[in-house]
Amino acid sequence: MKEKLVLVGNGMAGVRTLEELLKIAPDKYDITVFGAEPHCNYNRIMLSPVLAGEKTIDDIVLNSQAWYDENNITLHTGKTVVDIDRKAQKVIAADGTTARYDRLLLATGSNPFIIPVPGHDKEGVIGFRDIYDVDTMLDAAKNYKKAVVIGGGLLGLEAANGLVINGMDVTVVHLGDTLMEMQMDSFSGEMLKASLEERGLKFRMNSSTTELTGGQRVTGLTFADGGELEADLVVMAAGIRPNIELAQKVGIHCERGIVVNDTLQTFDPKVYSVGECVQHRGIAYGLVAPLFEQARVCANHLAGYGIGMYEGSTTSTKLKVTGIDLFSAGDFHGDESTEEVVMKDAARGIYKKVVLKDNKIIGAVMYGDTVDGAWYFQMLRDETNISDIREHLMFGQAHLGDSGHGGENAASALPDDAEVCGCNGVCKGTIVKAITEKGLFTLEEVKAHTKAAASCGSCTGLVEQILASTVGDYSDTPKKKPMCGCTEHSHDEVREAIREQELTSIPAVMTALEWHTPDGCASCRPALNYYVLSAWPQQAKDDPQSRFINERAHANIQKDGTYSVIPRMWGGVTTPNELRAIADVADKFNIPSVKVTGGQRVDLLGVKKEDLPAVWADLNAAGMVSGHGYGKSLRTVKTCVGSEWCRFGTQDSTSLGIKIEKMTWASWTPHKYKIAVSGCPRNCAEATIKDFGVVCVDSGYELHVGGNGGIHVVATQLLCRVSTEEEVMEYCGAFMQVYREEAHYLERTAPWIERVGLSYAKQRVVEDDAGRKALHARFLVSQEVFQVDPWAEAVEQDHIRKDYIPIKKLG
Amino acid sequence: MSNWIEVGKIEEIPKQGARVVETAEGDIGIFRTGEDEIFALRDRCPHKSGPLSQGIVHGKRVTCPLHNWNIELESGEVVAPDEGCAASFPVKIEAGVVFLSLP
Repeated sequence: MKEKLVLVGNGMAGVRTLEELLKIAPDKYDITVFGAEPHCNYNRIMLSPVLAGEKTIDDIVLNSQAWYDENNITLHTGKTVVDIDRKAQKVIAADGTTARYDRLLLATGSNPFIIPVPGHDKEGVIGFRDIYDVDTMLDAAKNYKKAVVIGGGLLGLEAANGLVINGMDVTVVHLGDTLMEMQMDSFSGEMLKASLEERGLKFRMNSSTTELTGGQRVTGLTFADGGELEADLVVMAAGIRPNIELAQKVGIHCERGIVVNDTLQTFDPKVYSVGECVQHRGIAYGLVAPLFEQARVCANHLAGYGIGMYEGSTTSTKLKVTGIDLFSAGDFHGDESTEEVVMKDAARGIYKKVVLKDNKIIGAVMYGDTVDGAWYFQMLRDETNISDIREHLMFGQAHLGDSGHGGENAASALPDDAEVCGCNGVCKGTIVKAITEKGLFTLEEVKAHTKAAASCGSCTGLVEQILASTVGDYSDTPKKKPMCGCTEHSHDEVREAIREQELTSIPAVMTALEWHTPDGCASCRPALNYYVLSAWPQQAKDDPQSRFINERAHANIQKDGTYSVIPRMWGGVTTPNELRAIADVADKFNIPSVKVTGGQRVDLLGVKKEDLPAVWADLNAAGMVSGHGYGKSLRTVKTCVGSEWCRFGTQDSTSLGIKIEKMTWASWTPHKYKIAVSGCPRNCAEATIKDFGVVCVDSGYELHVGGNGGIHVVATQLLCRVSTEEEVMEYCGAFMQVYREEAHYLERTAPWIERVGLSYAKQRVVEDDAGRKALHARFLVSQEVFQVDPWAEAVEQDHIRKDYIPIKKLG
Repeated sequence: MSNWIEVGKIEEIPKQGARVVETAEGDIGIFRTGEDEIFALRDRCPHKSGPLSQGIVHGKRVTCPLHNWNIELESGEVVAPDEGCAASFPVKIEAGVVFLSLP
């Protein structure tokens, strides 16, 4: 017989936990849900747009009755649970309905704080919490004129804005002198006040309400300073309090909220709790973002897997008043130990403040232009050292080089037919439709369902904004990012374990780190294969089945299932004999297309898989080897003709490029790796958009790193200057090795350097002479193992060659 | 009525990998999991016809090499949230030899 799970509280946190639970253990429980409201689960944070008339109740329903039916969930709406018999494991509702439980989930949410002034119980005095409150406000707007909102916080301002839109004369009464002081500093608070005043809101700041006056219905307010204000409707938005009434009554330990541990378990081990009613490590969250993480962890424990801990959330805020862009996160007030970087442009209505401590972002406030909010928030959570990008910090991520969606920063203003994801052709309307119809909340879900931001990722910021403007204040909040769904461990933790525990095979890693899946997935297996090879080049054995097809077939798969073959041409230099061999191969195997690549090589496109070994054999015979145009490895070393021919050339860039390529070819790296050598600062080899670029100058060589010519065009940064070719070789090997040893799989050098800082690369490769030599030596050791031509191997070894041909041909 | 065709020895298919059987109606991928189970699917991803036999095999699934769709080897069904199905064919192993049945 199935165990019984009862959920008290049919809101976002509780139902989200059920959804997560059904994903991983669909048949474990008979589930019963009690909700005090007469509705299915809806998106409470979108009540403000409903009040403003921008959305309807139907738009914000998250789980319809059909969802409960499909999942065999018994739903009791309109029934408030008033008691729990913990001994008999039974909940009792006000109408006498009871339900037995093996596990109980309390998600009772929070209540608006009603200030206990005389008259607070009069008719026309409400909070702003649920659909009933919205209906009450909409009714009032039809029949009355004057409204007062007590509380100039997020919720109060959204309520006031909605009431103004519905034609009421609204005054916001605020205790302090800054609106939204939990989210704004005084400057941005003033900007916000000014724009809300333009929309017709009135404010009475520094005002403490002492009494609500009137008869049965409220007619006005009096203040501590003696002033008075008329009001037909008073909305109390002075904060929320965790709703712990039920838990407290039945003796479950509560302080400000229901106290839970890192597995969301209360002091009664059969009872779990999530959402705004919870107090975790002393904090009760009043925003929706932490719920997702709580729900995921809680569901995992309810399912009996016992994996995952909730370690708290850092939250960020966005105000849902259409046309006002505002973002804040972390500690944006700062103190004597912090510093501020501020940008003000009052004419454009833009204000940004970033608070730094020890070169790390600890808080940010933005007004008017919030496109970089997600970026700052990411760096805040990752504790990124920003000293290297400090001079660009206020200009945003686009300023660091972004060719994708640079200027686009207002998702809400985009028309539905605007293409957001250029890779997969996904329009804004499609994304919004998927979010609302399928109830998506996280970026990962939107990527999975719509494919937007799922390829190159350059539109991620825009998709996040669309998500935020559609479902409201959202942010995925895990403190660390697991490698993939197969594990809880981050890339760094996995790499560290491989080094420290001497793990030399994928199964060894999966056992040691308790992988959830028997043999991983298409995302973690290639990463693990790379990690063990790079950490233990002499001990680990390559696992071809954990490589993407291109690296398994040593050629690039094309859209029709054929392959492209690129022979290596050292430094981009070729000979008539090599060109003849390429031409002969193209003729002999009817290769339909021959093209010169961006990296100065010749690409043979449209080769059938079973022809690959024969094509390679012919190219090998002419002295050519694999060009690795398919690999997460050194691609090419691009060169210009240099001092040998060019009248401007300062050094022999061509032969230096060839030397570098002979040293670095066939090395595996976290992502593709491109090198170029230019013979003078005119830089014809485009060395300053490569992972490692050498620009020859009269006095020697400038070494540049971290460039990228792809999705985000990023120019290199100068690592250092050296004076001999030998030094170039050593620095080149050392830089490549530190990247190989420390970057995450599929992380190019540009984002890696953005993450760790150029100073770190300098410290490892330039300042530490012994360290550099050791890195370079490790690179060469690894090359002794890996520098083999995979084409020749396949040609010479029958068992490899066989895999290229069909096992059987029928008909 | 089943018409079993001998494909080859199980060792000829790499563990966590696949080989192709060429037929007049197009290729069929013969997959071998880490647990040595054998499955046969039409070698065309329902998305954009990618050759599934070239994908990474994990658990009882294969990931298409073109756009990373995941396909259940047992049923040919695409793993949600993507939708679609690749035709699957009966296979059996007798004394280490793999047989395929075509309709």
